[in-house]
This record gives sequence, C-alpha cells and structure tokens, in this order.
Amino acid sequence: MAPVAEYEAACLPELLPLYYRRLFPFSQYHRWLSYGGVTKNYFQNREFSFTLKDDIYVRYQSFSNQNELEKEIQKMNPYKIDIGAVYSHRPNQHNTVKSGTFQALEKELVFDIDMTDYDDVRRCCSSADICTKCWILMTIAIRIIDRALREDFGFRHLLWVYSGRRGVHCWVCDEAARKLSVAARSAVAEYLTLVKGGEETVKKVQLSDPVHPFIKESLAVVRRYFTDYALVGQDIMGSKESMDKVVALVPDEIRKDLVAALQAEKNPTKRWEKLKVIVQQKQASSKKSYYTEEEIMLQYCYPRLDVNVSKGVNHLLKSPFSVHPKTGRISVPIDLRELGQFNPFDVPTISLICKELDRPRTAEEEEASVRERDPDGGEQRKVRDYKRTSLAKYVKLFDQFVEEMERSRKGELLRRTDLQKDF
Amino acid sequence: MLFGGRKKKGVENPQTELYGHCLQLYTQPPLENISLVEFEQFAVDRMKLLKTVENLGVTHIKTSEDYSKKLHAEISSLNFPHRTEVSTFIVPAVASEYEKRRKDHISHFILRLAYCQTEDLRRWFIQQEMDLFRHRFNDLSPKSKSDFLHRNSLQYETISVEEKKSLMEKLINSSYAFSGCTVEEQDFYKVPFQDALDLVRMRKVFVKDGFAYVPHQDIVTIVLNDYRTRLSKALALTARSLPVVQSDERLQPLLSHLSHAYVGQDYSIQKNIGKISLEQIDSLSTKSFPPCMRQLHKALRDSHHLRHGGRMQYGLFLKGIGLTLDQALQFWRAEFLRGKVDADKFDKAYAYSIRHMFGKEGKRTDYTPYSCMKVILSNPPSQGDHHGCPFRHSDPELLKQKLQSYKISSGGINQILELVKGMHYQLACQKYFELTHSIDDAGFSLNHPNQYFSESQKLLTGGKEVKRELDSPRRPHAAAGSENSKAPPETPSSSNRVPQEVMDDLDSFFQEE
Repeated sequence: MAPVAEYEAACLPELLPLYYRRLFPFSQYHRWLSYGGVTKNYFQNREFSFTLKDDIYVRYQSFSNQNELEKEIQKMNPYKIDIGAVYSHRPNQHNTVKSGTFQALEKELVFDIDMTDYDDVRRCCSSADICTKCWILMTIAIRIIDRALREDFGFRHLLWVYSGRRGVHCWVCDEAARKLSVAARSAVAEYLTLVKGGEETVKKVQLSDPVHPFIKESLAVVRRYFTDYALVGQDIMGSKESMDKVVALVPDEIRKDLVAALQAEKNPTKRWEKLKVIVQQKQASSKKSYYTEEEIMLQYCYPRLDVNVSKGVNHLLKSPFSVHPKTGRISVPIDLRELGQFNPFDVPTISLICKELDRPRTAEEEEASVRERDPDGGEQRKVRDYKRTSLAKYVKLFDQFVEEMERSRKGELLRRTDLQKDF
Repeated sequence: MLFGGRKKKGVENPQTELYGHCLQLYTQPPLENISLVEFEQFAVDRMKLLKTVENLGVTHIKTSEDYSKKLHAEISSLNFPHRTEVSTFIVPAVASEYEKRRKDHISHFILRLAYCQTEDLRRWFIQQEMDLFRHRFNDLSPKSKSDFLHRNSLQYETISVEEKKSLMEKLINSSYAFSGCTVEEQDFYKVPFQDALDLVRMRKVFVKDGFAYVPHQDIVTIVLNDYRTRLSKALALTARSLPVVQSDERLQPLLSHLSHAYVGQDYSIQKNIGKISLEQIDSLSTKSFPPCMRQLHKALRDSHHLRHGGRMQYGLFLKGIGLTLDQALQFWRAEFLRGKVDADKFDKAYAYSIRHMFGKEGKRTDYTPYSCMKVILSNPPSQGDHHGCPFRHSDPELLKQKLQSYKISSGGINQILELVKGMHYQLACQKYFELTHSIDDAGFSLNHPNQYFSESQKLLTGGKEVKRELDSPRRPHAAAGSENSKAPPETPSSSNRVPQEVMDDLDSFFQEE
C-alpha cells in the first residue's frame, strides 16, 4: 500500500508547481489533442481555460505547441484546467477577429454524469458526497452509455474519466464524433436520456410499446445490478419512507393492492418480488402494457446525463489529469476492463503523488533511470518521475488510449490509399 | 441574393422547370422582377402562414387530423400550393396553380432575407418552415412523393431482404405501430444516423453501428433533415450578403419590420422599468404571476437557491416586468445569502450572470424574457430544477394538488387537466388565468409569461388601458401587443420611403411595434 497523504486544500499552491513540473503527462496530452496533426491548427485553435486561485477564471487560452502549453501551465499553475472547442481562429486572438467569424467548429462529443443528479434516488449520501455504495450508479452509467455509443452509434475511441469528486466524464474522440453538429449532439444525448423531469415530476420514466432495443439493452445492464445495489445496498424496500417513494411510482389501479401486500411482507427482497407478482397479475387481466417494474428500476438506476454539457460544441469540460481543488484527486482515466474494481477513493490525490516523489528510489528504478538517461534529458526525467508514483498506471492507460487512436488512424489512412489504388 | 425591386426587364420565366412539382426544396432563388407591392404581399402572406403553423403546433398534435385539416385550410385561403396531381412535366396545367407555386417560391426567399439576421430568428424560421414542409410532404400521394424524391435526386440505400430478416425483431421494436408483416412489406433505408436525427432523438428508429434503419413511412424525416441542413446553410450565406440588400432603402424597413414580427412582442423593452419595488414581488407572485413564475418564486423563497435554468427563466421574467439591474442584484443577493451562499461567493459566481442577463457582461446581448414556447420546448427541467412549464412538466397528480392549493375550484381543475391531457399547455394556463381573475374569456391568446403578467395587472389595476377587441379569430397574437398598438411604429421605418399604407398594412397584422 502506498503511503497515505491526507490532502488539504491549503497545500494546493505548493503542490501544483511540483505536479505541473514533474508529473503532468504533457507529451501524451499534446499527442491526444493534436489527433495526428492531420487537420491544420487543430491543437493551436483549441480553447483551454484555467481556474486560478480565488476562482479567477481565464477563458480562451490557446497554445502553438506542447512547449508553449507546458510553459504557460507551469507559470500559471491553474487549480483547474478545462478543455473547450477547436475554433476557427486561435482562441487567444478571439478579440482580434471580426465578431461573428470566431466560431467553435469541432469538439469531442462529451458526457457528464454527476452523482448530485441522483439525489432523489440514493439514500446513502446527498449532494457532493459519494460512497462506494452509490458509486455503483456510475458503474451502471458507464456500462450503459459505453455500450450504446459503441454498438448503436459506432464510436470506437471513448475515454472515460473520473471527474475527481462525484462523477464521471466521457470523451468520444472519433473523428465523426468531433465533427457532429449541435443538433446531432443533442439528438444523441436525447436518445440516451430516459429519466425526465424535475422537482415537479414524481414518475420520471415512462415506457410504452414497443420497447426500443436500446432500452432493452440498458435494462439488461440495470437488472445485473438492481438486486445488489438497490434492494440490498440502498434498501429501497426497507423502510416505510423509502417504500412510499417506490409505491408513488406505481399506477393508481395497482397501488392499493400493493400497499396491502407490502405491509404483510417484511423481507425487502421479497417485497420487491411481491410487487412484480402484483403487476403481472394486473397485466394478465388487462390490455394495457404495464412496465412498472422496469420503470422503477430505470428511475432508480438509469444514468442521468447533463444534456446541456453534451449539446454545445463550445461547452467546456474539466480536462483529464486536472486536479479537483476540493478533493485533491487527479481526474484520471478509468480502465473499463476493471470497471467493477474502480474505487474513487483509491484515486491518488495530488498530495500523495507529490509525496511519492520524495521516496528514495528503489534499485530497480535507479537502474531504469540510468538506462534512460540521455543528454537532453528533460523529457526523460519527467517520464521517470510519474512512473515512480501511483499516477503511473493511469498515465499508461491514457498512453494506450492515444496509441490505439493513432493506430486506427493509420489503418484508416492505409485503407483510403488502398481504395484509391482500386480506381 | 438576387433581390431587387426593379432590375433589368424581360426574361420570361426561366423557372418553369422549377415549378414542375407543387413542393420544392428552394435550391434556386427567383430571378424575375417583382413589384414592391407584390413583394410585400407575398411576404405578409407567408408570414401569416408561418404564424398559423406555429400556433397550430402549440395547440394541436402535429400528426393529428385536426392539425392537418386546419393547416390545409390556411394554405388554401392564402393561395399557397398544396397537394396537386398536376406534377407531370412542364407547365402546370392550371395557370393559378403556377401562380401559387411562384408565390410559394418567392415568398420563401423574401422571408429568408428577413429571418437570416440572428440565431433566434433563424431558428424560428427554420422550425416553421420544417413543420410546413412536413405537412405538405405528408399530404402528397405516394406517387407524388416518389416523383419529388426523384426530381431532387434524393436516393437512399435500401437494405437487403436477408439483412431485414436478421434484424426483424429489432426493426419491429424500433417503430411505432408496426407488425412483422408491415416490416416485411416496407423498404428500409440505411442512412448515417446524422441524416435522421429527429427519429434518433425520439428513439423511433433502429440505430446500429452509426446507421439508422429508416422505414419508408418515415422517409419524410430524412428529407426534412436534408432540407434543414440546406436551409440553415443558406440562411448563414444570406446573412453574409445581407448588407447589400439592406442598403436598398425600399426593402430595408420592410425586412426589419417582418423580422420583428415573429413572436409578437418580445418583452425586452421595459416600459415599466423601475415601477416595481422588491417588497411587492411576494404579493404579485400570487396575484399576477403565471404558475411557472409563481413556482419559481416559491422555490427560491423556500430553498434560497435556484439552479441555472430557473435563474434564467425567472430572472429574465423579472427583468421583463420592470426590475432594474440594481434591484435584480439586490433581490437575488438577499435571497441567496439566506441560503448556503456567502456574499463573496455570490459576487463571484452569481452576480456576473445577473449582469449578463441585463447585457452588461460577455457578448453584451440584452437577453429577452422567455416565451411560453421556449419554456415548453427547450431545456426541460431535470433533477433539482424548478423551471419549465408547470402544465407541461408536472405530473398530473402534483399539478392537481398544486392547483388545489391555489384554491382553484374542482370543476376548474378538471377543465385545466383536460387541456393538459390534450397537450394544450398554453390554453391550460389561459384557463388558469381566467379562473384566477374571475373572467369568462381572457380575450387574448397567451404566449408569453410577461404577457400574462401585464394582462393580469391591467385587469387588477382597473384596466386603465382600453382593452382591444380581437378583430378576427385568425389573429391570435393581435392582443399580445395591444397595450402599445396605438403607438406609432418606432422601428427604423421613420426614415424610410416605403409608402405609409404599406407599413400600416404590416402593422395591422403584426401589432407588435
């Protein structure tokens, strides 16, 4: 186990310079946002924005190359970095071009899922708090959205990132995704939205015949988690109060029977079984389709997207590897192959990884460092540094993601040239 | 753009080919000369038509028979073309049909000029044109439809019988009112999902690997998608060449008048500015606020906070009823400080957005209060939100309870709920207005929360302003601007040379200046 270093927000000004000087993966980061350098000025016209001390917000930053980005970040030491769109002109010159011509052209298709949006259906925590119990909601969300984006929409390059506090982000980096119009983004986001309504709506999921294949697939995911998460973990059938919330979602004509049946049963899991039975009985004697069970499951577990974040091309989203100023945790990529084991509380804080740098090197590391040493060693040094901390596996994951994207881009280029030969 | 009142004479219609079908995608601008009178007449008529499209879209379900019947009637009475079988080549058989198609063509391009200038105008125009097009396309016979697709070179790839078989179950479950056998009979088109966004959005189509499998019966969606893309590109282009048109002083006032007319009054001009004190808001909120604002006000008082959507909807409304920027800052600040926000945080995080609303930050756009359409259709509330339209975004049961708590009679509540059921949200709100103000007929057609407020104030403060009679049922927006319809137009028209009767004509229809 790594040494425990408690994070304190007050230390941030001391830690950030160290983090940006020795640990932030600038090289991979720049490679990612350059997308192979195919489109001219793709990196140069990208907006970054920084949040500095005391919530001072600086928008429309842009950089000519990796070196410039590095220098500026090391100078400003931002508390938080956000990534915006690729614009028609360099964002830092947006005031010099004629108004109206400075336009956001492209951006990754992004999704933001935030635990606060589940406050009406989780009992363990509320607002910014999370625990391992409710984190399962994020696991479910990732499984559902990831599947749909890949299988339904055909996207390949999805980077899932822990936001650093209470949620997750998804960056869809395929070329087709980056070029989507606002209308297309909102259509995708709405396709993926099942839970609708604000404080004035109790029942937020309504299914009707026929049930779309996408909803069926999503339900299959929810079913895998529902018993353990909702019935056991959240104990939604446990107390009168929580049961009332469930009962409120049941159609009027069933409610009376249900309430009676639930009072007679004490075991929460069996109570849920009772509910299913009663709905089925009603279904047998009715022409109307009842999706009560499914609707409740979805209302409790289905991902709640912040649609406005996905819709806008120019909307900013917190960058991967930015620090969350409140928790000190690094916004790290999530490995979907080990999604079930991902624990937000294991994500390293800036204090931890900075402390890890102070550890004496092991013999192994020493040897590696000798091998890697070369005359113009600035870059090399940094590589060695993050490898000595718990950030290493996340940078590696990020590296793999960028590499995979580069490989498929090369494949695509080859395919195109082959096609041309055919003609 | 090739609009000019009188350019060189001659050239007898090179456009015959263009008018070969009663429906077109408006790819070619008209090249002929037209008189100013005709220019204006065409523009006003299409404007009326689009207004009708908008109104019907709010009060009716777009797929209902009633909707299409009423729209059909309007199209006929304004002399626009609709379903005609005389679409076989060359000159349409009847001369009047030719005139209709010509009018359709030219009027569309005139309104493009008037509606290309701002994002809002473009969005409104595109929306109405889309709805109009959908109706007209759906109205065509199958033969006429395929003729249209052929003429416009809209060909789509169909999927093979084998592929259809392998996807059968999914195709059935992706479309409404489909059985296996209708799926078997229909052609399915495989198109990039970007080409069928409206179906994707509603989950009314099967989507796999980036492709949407669109059944033939929904082909209108792909066509519309295509039309929308073309139109929005064209509008962007038009906007760029607009300065040339605007330099024509005969057209400029006409065009700007037209574009001002699109949603009736926008309530951004604050005539009442400074007439309301902060102490009055609580009592006004129960007496004269529409339910959406009353709800927001209560939520704000209860929780001392509103999320972004609520702050925008309520903040702009308050601005519209006459709060000054200073008052607004004071109002929001006082309320937020009662909650979890401290003065420092408020000044940093929220004060900016309030100044922004008043056009004092960022782009410096003076934002206009949201109309009912905007509240109903855009940015639906999600977890933690109190904004939106209570009639549209509440569970019927909660709505009922709320209305009970507002002391509405049970008979009244049933009437309202019935309207809600039929998706007539604005009518439901109007009914609520009538019930709470104890009048039988509101005498106006509600389309804006600020209109609700001003109408309410008019009644409660003794109607110092004369209430206008509606001059015809087809002018539902007339009353919207009634309070200032007597005032002379204050648009750039003062410096124009368009004959005064032309402006009067427009005024009598639009009434908003």
